[in-house]
Amino acid sequence: MDSLSQLDQVKTTPWAGGRSPWNVEYGKLMMWFFLLSDAFTFSSLLVYYGAQRFTKFTWPAPDKVFQSIPGIAEHGAPLVFVGIMTFILIMSSVTMVLAVEAGHRKAKKAVIGWMVATIIGGFMFLGCQAIEWTHLHHDGFWWGSIPTNPNELATFFNGPVSPVAAHQFANLFFTITGFHGFHVFSGVVINIIILCMTINGTFERRGHYLMVEKVGLYWHFVDLVWVFVFTFFYLV
Amino acid sequence: MSEHHINTTEEHGHDDHGGMTVGKIWKVFGILLLITVIEFIIALWAIPHHHITQQVGNYIYIGLTLLKAFYIVAYFMHLKFEKLGLQLVLTVSFVFIIYFIALMLIEGNYLNAHMPQA
Repeated sequence: MDSLSQLDQVKTTPWAGGRSPWNVEYGKLMMWFFLLSDAFTFSSLLVYYGAQRFTKFTWPAPDKVFQSIPGIAEHGAPLVFVGIMTFILIMSSVTMVLAVEAGHRKAKKAVIGWMVATIIGGFMFLGCQAIEWTHLHHDGFWWGSIPTNPNELATFFNGPVSPVAAHQFANLFFTITGFHGFHVFSGVVINIIILCMTINGTFERRGHYLMVEKVGLYWHFVDLVWVFVFTFFYLV
Repeated sequence: MSEHHINTTEEHGHDDHGGMTVGKIWKVFGILLLITVIEFIIALWAIPHHHITQQVGNYIYIGLTLLKAFYIVAYFMHLKFEKLGLQLVLTVSFVFIIYFIALMLIEGNYLNAHMPQA
């Protein structure tokens, strides 16, 4: 066999060119890479938060700061409200996978139904976060501000009190949950766009529901970040 | 060359390459819910009643969080069913974050010991 006909042979190995070596569609791969970079951003924020906490000899106690259920109990119910928020977000993640699964079956009605459920879950989470922020703001916390009355400030600590630690806590809490909330908000907007495209039959004509998978990746990532925010702000 | 080829066919022959069935989705949901419930039991019962210290609790929290992250990424984000190359690209990159965590915690410990506390 001469060398020329060897060159003409069809190459079948994954990296031989002519096809995606990972069997992943281009847009989906780019979504993964975007999420990787986004994960680095969130990691940096959370690592900085951890470093600040390590630096300080005291820190506001989560079960003192977050102990109200809006409209039900002002005090004495630590972590319950954020538990509800966590449940809502996990639940909306499940409805998103179900939408993706329906997309695999090309079941347009089911995709629409699960997307609507996901969007409702997103709005519920955002509503809860708005209530949480309002509550903390009423307590006196905001970017650059903490309760001015020292006795009031002391109610948020288990041990010794530090205004510097309280400031760091307030700034980082609003920055990190704000950045996460912004992701939830943009996720909801993107989900609504995809829902409209599904209703219009765009994906039906296209023959696949890959776009639903891509926004699904984004939505799960938002849920993933919340898992970490929840641990480091509310539990540890 | 032939080795390469065997590898790809192996990956294609991977179990449930098709992905997630509805039953499996709810199973993963159940696991995530269960882990969260365990976290709440630790936060609201085990630590306040001094069954475990906060320090031990923190390690358990972080372990459970990573477990939850695994289930979300592997099953909901479907990474378990992707090719090995993509899996490696998306996970090994976090070695930089681990390095960053180590750096910042060492720095934080140093400052904790040496900064005037006010």
